[in-house]
Amino acid sequence: MVMFWVALLAISILIYLLLDGFDLGVGMLFGLAGSEARREAMLRTIAPVWDGNETWLVVTGVIMWGAFPVVYAMLMPAFYIPVVVMLLGLILRGVAFEFRGKASRSRRVWDISFTVGSFAASFMQGAMVGALVEGLQFSNGEYVGGTFGWLTAFSVLCGVGLCFGYALLGACWLVRKCEGPIREATRRQIPLLAVAVLAFLVVVFTHALIEHLPILRRWIERPYLFLFPLIGAGAAAVLATSILRHDDYWPFHMVSLIFAAAFGTLALSFWPYMIPFVVTIDEAAAPHASLAFMFWGAGLFVFPLMLLYVAVGYRVFRGKTAAAVDHY
Amino acid sequence: MDPTALLLSRLQFAFTISFHIIFPAFTIGLAAWLTVLEAMHQYSGKPVYRTLFEFWLKIFGVAFGMGVVSGVVMAFQFGTNWSVLSKMSGPIQGPLLSYETFTAFMLEAGFFGILIFGRPRVPPWFYLFSTAMVALGTTLSAFWIMVNNSWMQVPTGYVLENGQFVPDDWAQIIFNRVVWVRFPHMLLASYLTGAFCVAATGAWYLLRRTYRAEAHVMLRMGLALAAVLLPAQLFIGHLVGDYVHDYQPAKFAAIEARWHDEQPASEVLIAIPDSNTESNKYAISIPVLGSIIGSMSLTSKEVGLASFAPQDRPPVAIPFFAFRIMVGCGFVMLGLAWLGSWLGLKHRLDRSRLLLWGIFLSFPLPWIAILTGWYTAEVGRQPWTVYGVLRTADAVTPFLTASAALTSLILFVAVYAFIFSFGTYYIYRLLRAGPAGLVGKPLHVPVPNRPMSLADKMPAIAEAGE
Repeated sequence: MVMFWVALLAISILIYLLLDGFDLGVGMLFGLAGSEARREAMLRTIAPVWDGNETWLVVTGVIMWGAFPVVYAMLMPAFYIPVVVMLLGLILRGVAFEFRGKASRSRRVWDISFTVGSFAASFMQGAMVGALVEGLQFSNGEYVGGTFGWLTAFSVLCGVGLCFGYALLGACWLVRKCEGPIREATRRQIPLLAVAVLAFLVVVFTHALIEHLPILRRWIERPYLFLFPLIGAGAAAVLATSILRHDDYWPFHMVSLIFAAAFGTLALSFWPYMIPFVVTIDEAAAPHASLAFMFWGAGLFVFPLMLLYVAVGYRVFRGKTAAAVDHY
Repeated sequence: MDPTALLLSRLQFAFTISFHIIFPAFTIGLAAWLTVLEAMHQYSGKPVYRTLFEFWLKIFGVAFGMGVVSGVVMAFQFGTNWSVLSKMSGPIQGPLLSYETFTAFMLEAGFFGILIFGRPRVPPWFYLFSTAMVALGTTLSAFWIMVNNSWMQVPTGYVLENGQFVPDDWAQIIFNRVVWVRFPHMLLASYLTGAFCVAATGAWYLLRRTYRAEAHVMLRMGLALAAVLLPAQLFIGHLVGDYVHDYQPAKFAAIEARWHDEQPASEVLIAIPDSNTESNKYAISIPVLGSIIGSMSLTSKEVGLASFAPQDRPPVAIPFFAFRIMVGCGFVMLGLAWLGSWLGLKHRLDRSRLLLWGIFLSFPLPWIAILTGWYTAEVGRQPWTVYGVLRTADAVTPFLTASAALTSLILFVAVYAFIFSFGTYYIYRLLRAGPAGLVGKPLHVPVPNRPMSLADKMPAIAEAGE
């Protein structure tokens, strides 16, 4: 049971990273778009799916609360400020979808709130992961690091890094869904973003070496972990060639694979801890009665249905959105 | 534990949840109504149903969006501000909210995109199915929330082990009687909200002498539904009162402003409760009615607040007044719905401008009733978070500082006030413009993938209409 819910939590986080990742990424690139027509076309690629994408964050939150209440109760208050700012960012960008088209004079307000909200949410997510990797201060199962304990040079770096990562994913999504000037402009952004992400990875790794982050020991103990960076490197190579070939389809999948590899690396370096070196999965797990209740309904039957809804949604809105407009 | 942080956390929770409930209360009923309209259109082929569907879909889109974004906050706020509660009740509340997310949110989110943008891309039966799935999703969400909150009101089916509430009987948690009176109470309240908003819009158009055909359908359907549902709601409301009487005697005494045990008990209709003197000022009460309401008896003894230790008593003024406002709204709505339906049957509604004004101005009543009803339930539950087992003061995050709590509260208030003012303004503009542009013309096909394409024309039309 515990293993099942760890797996489902990991899958849900990964789905969230990929889906809301490109969604938030488009939000950040939105700020760079020069014209109203471009902004509209960019928004059009994500408008039918953003709500579903964001729901995976809630899925992650409630699985954590239901299956690992100890971790939920320890991390949420430790990340008080970043969680609140992330939520406010998601609110500001979420309503922009609905409000922007309704506004006449105030459209600019929602353009800004869309971009700023996307940045805030992405940065805070990255910073939280960074703080978790670097280590938060706990004592007797209670957070003792203070209101800004999460805020370090390393976590800020991770926040910026995730912004670049999401933007890269978003750019690949736009290339996949758009044609014409947006695709051309975005194609030019991809190499820059990819280099930025790569540079970030190098800096993070160097920082981890210099600071002797305890998590690095994992890599010596578990040499198989190097498999993931190899997958990532392979994906990066395919990404580079597909960009050069002006391919629309592969870049998105390759960046997704890089994300999956990075996530896999991190998850397996944490193992068997949920909060590194503080709480293990077994210590965090809810009583069997809770896990079993969730398993026999939500886990076994509804989770596959959820994947089906996602599949149906993306299938209905498949293809290039610009082409779809011409069609009608 | 910092008492200021506790107070600020309570304010923040009250504020964010009150803001949030406004939107689901509206969209649960509206989603069901949209499903009915789409089905009636597909069955009868009458264009008026399609016109109304497209019109209300625009409003649904805005309200649903605000409901979604303000709802995400709730899933995390338990953890940030109420970490002790999260840890203790996680094994019960976590799985319940997981079921909500899995069965309801994903269903809504998955089909919402199709509802707004998908009509040109899917066959009609699948579009109707998607509409129904969104409606089902909103209803399931309400169900799980009521299970969750009812467990906090009347905790059951658990044992306390290692400082956690460990579930030992899920059937009792989900199928207990309290859930099955409170869930219908909330569901009917949502349907009534939808019904009154639709009827009020119809009345508004009749008063302005526009969109007569649509206005008549809206008035007829809204008022008829309300006329049928309101008596049912009053009856179920009474059953909800029964559970409070049986399980939460202190809350019941606070609602009744009954300070001392009485036999037979009188019913305080209105008064100003004074907790310092433990008595009511300017009270108007009816003898024996308190026993009849509480126990269906002429002689029963009803418990007063003085029977509870001071630290176990809820505040009196808020539950007392909130409950009376809720009931008052219910009776006003009942009067409007019955009178309006009766005049509608006699075809005299058009001429009854005074009643039309009444119906038009009644649209806030269901929301006021829902909010005051929740204030009665939640403030009346104090000083407990999980009734009788976990005090609110013990449930808060122990190391939360007042400055962090104040910062987040200010941010929430600022951002919510900002989006609420724009959101209601946009909805008002849509309503004022009405279903123009759809009547008697080929149906407007929305540009795929853009939510507001349906609404874009509205400001232009509104301006042209003036």
